[in-house]
Amino acid sequence: MNATEDPRWFRALLALLAILTGLLLLALPLAAVFAEALRRGWDVARAAILEPDTLAAIRMTLIVAAISVPLNTVGGLAAAWCIAKHDFPGKRLLLVLVELPLSVSPVIAGLVFVLVFGLQGWLGPWLQARGIQVIFALPGLVLATLFVTFPFVARTVLPLMQDQGRAEEEAAATLGASGWQIFQRVTLPNIRWALLAGVLLCNARAMGEFGAVSVVSGHIRGQTNTMPLHVEILYNEYQFAGAAAVAALLALLGLVTLVAKSVLERLSGRRVSGAEGAPMRMLTVVSGGLLLPFVQV
Amino acid sequence: MVSGARLEVRGVSHAFALEKRALPVLQAIDFIAEPGDFVALLGPSGCGKSTLLRLVAGLEPPSEGQLLVDGVPITGTDPSRTIMFQDPTLFPWRTVRGNAQLGPEARGSLAANAARIEAALSLVGLDAFAEAYPHQLSGGMAQRASLARALVNEPRILMLDEPLGKLDSLTRLAMQRELVSLWQRERFTALLVTHDVEEALLLADRVLVLSDRPARIRADIRVETPRPRRRDDAGLVALREEILALLGLAQAA
Repeated sequence: MNATEDPRWFRALLALLAILTGLLLLALPLAAVFAEALRRGWDVARAAILEPDTLAAIRMTLIVAAISVPLNTVGGLAAAWCIAKHDFPGKRLLLVLVELPLSVSPVIAGLVFVLVFGLQGWLGPWLQARGIQVIFALPGLVLATLFVTFPFVARTVLPLMQDQGRAEEEAAATLGASGWQIFQRVTLPNIRWALLAGVLLCNARAMGEFGAVSVVSGHIRGQTNTMPLHVEILYNEYQFAGAAAVAALLALLGLVTLVAKSVLERLSGRRVSGAEGAPMRMLTVVSGGLLLPFVQV
Repeated sequence: MVSGARLEVRGVSHAFALEKRALPVLQAIDFIAEPGDFVALLGPSGCGKSTLLRLVAGLEPPSEGQLLVDGVPITGTDPSRTIMFQDPTLFPWRTVRGNAQLGPEARGSLAANAARIEAALSLVGLDAFAEAYPHQLSGGMAQRASLARALVNEPRILMLDEPLGKLDSLTRLAMQRELVSLWQRERFTALLVTHDVEEALLLADRVLVLSDRPARIRADIRVETPRPRRRDDAGLVALREEILALLGLAQAA
């Protein structure tokens, strides 16, 4: 045994404790969701999911994620790039703003949008006069989701960008690459794995977000309900089988996220070259964008 | 073959903008490098020599003064003026060939330059490693790959920013010899930044000795010794003493 190593029994104890905690707090509830969903049989679960209001909620969740994840990917990248590569007045402020959604309760975020865009809000009368509905409609859901998920891409990419500095980009510049080419051929490949991880996290949160979305949604069945909201409604109406089935679907998609993430980590460890990596990257981005929410029910 | 360019540095001063004040790094630098010259910029570390290269590369505009290539002011980066940095700055997700071809690729002239890329790789002795990734290369090989990447663009001014600073001493000696024969073949104008007096004297025609920050030119020394040079050549040893004295490091021999 060397000096920095703990005794074997101690390490074993720690490992056991970690595994037990994991099983008890993470695996067991997950298993319970699936067990509950399938307790009355496969057909009941299937029927619960194929119910029109549930399908509408699934569709709404996918639409909200499909709009907000790409927007936040671009916005997060831009923010991280500004902060990491440039000095400008207000840089600190931008950094604080990026992190703001992490420290503010999502309910407050939702409420803020109601206060701004709602009927009694600042812009409410103006919007109403033009027949634009933001709150209790898709735009409100997207806005609330954008707010809550903004930090994910920016925060995962930022440390890497700061770490890398400008040397490689300047080398490319001296070789005659233009600004956009440098971004495409140097900056982006440099951060691609972190970016994908950020997109996955952002998507997971976008699909699983409850608090902010709950405030702006209005819970109109078949119209403004997302999957997490629908689970709550079903649960409150004592439709446990339906609630469990929808929750299990969310959880299942969460498990797919885990698999996708470990595949990503594998790939990044193998240093896939640009040519081979491109199709795989596209595949992961597409599947990451559509299929991989994280459980948050 | 493209010949070297004439570089004019006219009254160039430069300062970095720090939080509250300006930090002057270069002061009234004035010199002309004729086409095909090999000029070494020698000075204590942190004196601002690398900043001068960045200005010549066009990565930053100078605070004051003018830089001209063949009479034309430098306004930005250009592949005819490439830098070989102290770190190879290779792109880890590209093979050696992929790295070497970034310049032509970015300019959309990849097909026309295919032969040139292979030639550059074999010139630096890496043809067998064209498909290798940077993490599979030794330090010396990585610097050679970085050199090939610069040469592919047929630079008229090649800037060397302490490119051998991090190599082990044997590799360093070999690379010094290779750099000289490369320069003799290609006749680009070479600007070498180094703080190694011996290296400057072995490689350059002309050594500009810079002062502490803010850097000024303290001496402009011609090195007439014919090549190949030996580091124990009497003339070089005398010059070395002279330069060390200028840098305030005279040895009581």
